[in-house]
Amino acid sequence: MGKVAIIGVGQSSFVRSYPGSIRELAFDGFKESMQDAQITTENIDASIICSAPEYDKQRSPAGVFAEYLGLNPHPTFYVESLCSSSSMGLRLAYSLIKSGLHDVIAVIGFQKMSEISSSESQERMGRGADIQWESPFGTMMPAYYAMYARAHMEKYGTTLDDLALIRVKAATYGQLNEKAVYRKPVTFEMFTDPESRLAGPVASPLRVGDCCANADGSSCVIVASEEKAKDLCKKPVWILGLGAATTSVNLPGRDLFTGLTAAQQAADQAYKMAGISPKDIDVAEVHDCFTIAEMMAYENLGFAKPGEGKDLIKSKETYKEGSIPVNVDGGLLSKGHPIGATGGSQIRTIVLQLRDEAGDIQVKNPEIGLVHNIGGVGLYGNVSILGR
Amino acid sequence: MGKKKEVDDRFKKFGTVSFTSITKTNDFIDFLEGGKVMGTRCKDCGLVFFPPRADCYQCLASNVEWFEVSGKGKLLTYSELKFAPVGFQDDVPYCIALLDYGKYKIFGRIAKDVPENEIEVGMEMKTVVNKTSNEQLNYVFQKV
Repeated sequence: MGKVAIIGVGQSSFVRSYPGSIRELAFDGFKESMQDAQITTENIDASIICSAPEYDKQRSPAGVFAEYLGLNPHPTFYVESLCSSSSMGLRLAYSLIKSGLHDVIAVIGFQKMSEISSSESQERMGRGADIQWESPFGTMMPAYYAMYARAHMEKYGTTLDDLALIRVKAATYGQLNEKAVYRKPVTFEMFTDPESRLAGPVASPLRVGDCCANADGSSCVIVASEEKAKDLCKKPVWILGLGAATTSVNLPGRDLFTGLTAAQQAADQAYKMAGISPKDIDVAEVHDCFTIAEMMAYENLGFAKPGEGKDLIKSKETYKEGSIPVNVDGGLLSKGHPIGATGGSQIRTIVLQLRDEAGDIQVKNPEIGLVHNIGGVGLYGNVSILGR
Repeated sequence: MGKKKEVDDRFKKFGTVSFTSITKTNDFIDFLEGGKVMGTRCKDCGLVFFPPRADCYQCLASNVEWFEVSGKGKLLTYSELKFAPVGFQDDVPYCIALLDYGKYKIFGRIAKDVPENEIEVGMEMKTVVNKTSNEQLNYVFQKV
């Protein structure tokens, strides 16, 4: 069985509130990917729809999208792993193509979070954790990640200033990303200015500036068999390695609070499958839903030793010109985080980088890129390695 | 008229807002009412569970017994929430935390009367039953 390629990528603009329904939102990302791949719906023989449930009212969105996007009568699948849903969709597409069941698959991620209020959304996200034993205490994602931040700071001496540097980097590139929600400049000083909204507390020790924003958005990745890719596409980007892992949904079932074991394990699998090591990665997209999440990603992916992630950001090694550029599209911190669409947006950035089509944020001549996409509080870890 | 069906939904009393009403671990609520926080232990293989479970994944038996959480745990980490999800807004600010008892860990809240500046990772705390402001039951961590 041959290789599997990505032959088209697209995403909608990520916005606070999308002026349309979910099928219309999905159309935006799908359209861009189809135009990018220069194919028609005739070329696609299956679709995979990825999102987290309970933001909109539609049950079984896959069937609705298949009709709206002109993908009937081909089968469609619904994949859910919270914030890493579309990376899990990529994994499913890879296996369906490898099995020979399908040749060209559209992996469509979407989320319209604006259908509910912000505090309702916090409650929904909190219920992505253990609803029987933890949600009754009033949990939410920023507080869970704040507990990891606290443990990381205690063990390794990581500081809030170190975390602020990650947001400053994100905003440096977010300003250049016309599809990002947050495009304003962010300075280090804003985190110590009591007048600045970014310095406001959310869940100690994390501040507003440490958190990404909710957003509406869609993404689409067109995945194809080697034969179809060579036939349809001039610049296919190959899937070299995939890793996926899980851990205990509740915190008492875990032993590590300074990193995410599912990310470590997914990374190990992906590196092994690709036959490479962390130093071979030329550009990476990591799941920076919170600044501490990017810091832990540096360490879990092997870009830095445990506890030394702060040195990478202090020395600007994760900037575009550094030794391992990370989130040069602004990351979730700038783009916003439309749960099911996020993984597809990360994949899009890496594909554009590997095709040398990333414009202002183009990293010099990258050959191998990595996507790190996390669902829940490290509950699901997905790592994908792509090469040109 | 048939006899009214009895529904054992005791678990709806757990926490400020409970999202589960029916579970095989419903006795946990009776223990809370009696002032005890309890976990379960598999009688076949001895595996200890907190939060309590009705079923053992190791030996696939559903033969568990209750044990009381006692003594002190070490504070692993915590966070004080300044904003709350819907249903919990009346409680802010409040602290969620994780205690390590060695053989098991407990996720919960730190008692309201412990000021945040007195909380330190590594400090010893104990777990006690608590009545919430809306007359529900949970447990909180207190200084020892």
